[in-house]
Amino acid sequence: MSAPRRPTDPSGLERYYVLTGGRSGPGGSASTLDVATLVVSRAAPLPGMQHEHEEILRRCREPLSVAELGAHLHLPFNILAVLLSDLLQAGRVEARDPIPAHDAGRGPDLALLEEVLSGLERL
Amino acid sequence: MDLKGFDRPGSPTPGEGDTRSVKVMIAGGFGTGKTTMVRSVSDIKPLTTEETLTQASADVDHLIGVADKTQTTVSLDFGKISLNDTLMLYLFGTPGQERFWFLWNGLFKGALGAVVLVDTRRLASSFRAIEEMERQKVPFVIALNVFPDSRDYPVEEIRDALDIPPHTPVVTFDARDRTASRDVLVTLIRHLKDRSSAALEPR
Repeated sequence: MSAPRRPTDPSGLERYYVLTGGRSGPGGSASTLDVATLVVSRAAPLPGMQHEHEEILRRCREPLSVAELGAHLHLPFNILAVLLSDLLQAGRVEARDPIPAHDAGRGPDLALLEEVLSGLERL
Repeated sequence: MDLKGFDRPGSPTPGEGDTRSVKVMIAGGFGTGKTTMVRSVSDIKPLTTEETLTQASADVDHLIGVADKTQTTVSLDFGKISLNDTLMLYLFGTPGQERFWFLWNGLFKGALGAVVLVDTRRLASSFRAIEEMERQKVPFVIALNVFPDSRDYPVEEIRDALDIPPHTPVVTFDARDRTASRDVLVTLIRHLKDRSSAALEPR
């Protein structure tokens, strides 16, 4: 396992600035990312791609939450969200938000709760 | 042998595209056992994800007495339970310092509900978490984490002290125990089901 090393600049700010090209927050669809949003690769890494983008594509061959990605890559949520927004815009990953108990306007989802319950009871 | 996806090495195998996630928050005051509970029920070794408070927070930094730092990092411990082949439950322990909760993009938004842990020796440490759930309209259950030197308070006494409405379940458990922690989650989901059923009934 080659987890990225901790940055040598004590604050980490320099590294983050370089990683994101100076952007402080994601735009577009990534601005709604949740810590439990699942990310799945939809394309293979390209030669010459930014290392972190490549790493995200590799790790998300199987669906992985934004929180897990952040933990594995040692990146804070807002920096990771910027990187994910690049990949989302390029159509290289797909993001699926966690299912809330009930969406505004829709009824509460009893079938989902039932599914969660039977999963827990099997533990 | 399944060669699907051979020409697109990065694409997931069929079926994985259907994987969904749900999230439950584990809240409560500092030292009430949030991380312990996440650790005891999680399928994976609990991980920590970080959020960084950067230059825009200069004013906040003064408030919290870390003006000498250029950034503040808050951590969120989390775990995961595979409920079935295509459904993952993520458990997030809220950061101990409630003043940082606002940082989390949708920390409670999109959560099924929350478990609020209470240490009966220090009831007040969980007041803020309970208030926050009520303010954000997150359905929750109260789990009294029994520490070795905890006095045996009747649940109803605690309910009164914490001003918990009668329909909100209050249970006691040991956060170190996997089955007990699992049962608290079961209580939460049953509570959510009851609420949903009640909401579906014609008025």
